Amino acid sequence: MLRPRARRVDVLVGLLLGLLGFALVVQVRSTQKVGVLANARQEDLVQILDELSNRSDRLRQEVTTLTTTKERLTTGTGATEAALAEARRRTQQLGILAGTVPATGPGVQVRITDPKDEVSASVLLDVLEELRNAGAEAVELEGTSDAGGILAVRVVAQTSLEDTSTGIVVDGNHLVAPFRFTALGDPGTLAGAMAIPGGVEDAVQQQGGTTQVTRSDRLRVGALRALSAPRYARPDS
Amino acid sequence: MIPALALAFGVVLGVLMHPTVPDALQPYLPIAVVAALDAVFGAVRAQLDGIFDDRVFVVSFVSNVLVAGLVVFLGDQLGVGGQLSTGVVVVLGIRIFTNAAAIRRHVFRA
Repeated sequence: MLRPRARRVDVLVGLLLGLLGFALVVQVRSTQKVGVLANARQEDLVQILDELSNRSDRLRQEVTTLTTTKERLTTGTGATEAALAEARRRTQQLGILAGTVPATGPGVQVRITDPKDEVSASVLLDVLEELRNAGAEAVELEGTSDAGGILAVRVVAQTSLEDTSTGIVVDGNHLVAPFRFTALGDPGTLAGAMAIPGGVEDAVQQQGGTTQVTRSDRLRVGALRALSAPRYARPDS
Repeated sequence: MIPALALAFGVVLGVLMHPTVPDALQPYLPIAVVAALDAVFGAVRAQLDGIFDDRVFVVSFVSNVLVAGLVVFLGDQLGVGGQLSTGVVVVLGIRIFTNAAAIRRHVFRA
């Protein structure tokens, strides 16, 4: 209700309230515009800064801890993998030695014929010893089996050779000539070992047989031998 | 009616002008605004009680603002500005609530 003639006090009241409205809006706007930090006092800012640096310190510590954990886990995994790979490698190596895995590589094939049926187990053993001395790493012995087919026997540490009236028994397998050794190793060394004067070839020749040595860059020893668990011997560790 | 219009006019002016608060005034303006709001609520209550007086309102308004600003200024000098301005806001807030309760009783009879 406007009065015709405003008193001075009324003007003052209006002025003050106008000022209040103005200041209210200005304050609200400045708070919205620049955010809280610009209006904060110095000590508040210091406190906020302290809190922030505390927090960042804590977070940095956490980062360090987590990084350490991560490194531990990754190196742990790496070590496990390395151990596993090493174990696999050893398994392969031992498998070749024990004859439980097929092997391939350079080597020689020694074919021994025995037309007079005179070649004995001891001659074959000589051949085998000679091959081993020359560094043969995997050996198999092929011969004609009773059934008429070719039978290959993996030759390992426990392999036995027996004479019979009609041929040789190798690890319980009855074989007759012609025999063929397949030995993996350095072809030159192996072939040289076969050709030593007074050695294998001569011995076979004395029995009326012939020896034929073939070098090869890639041979395969595919015959396997079943692994039997030792009955008495135990690992000592 | 004039005060309400003046208030609205001030708000519009503030919206239109986009002024920035001077750095020196920054700690005091919010306190001053709260103090002024306290005076206004007191004035409305007095009006409803039928004991409103122009001069009392002007003096209380100005003194409220000045005292609030002074208290905060003193607090700043003493190094307890933050706490003291919080205290001022709390006290004024309580007063505003009390006045608002009285106004509510007048308006709604409850």
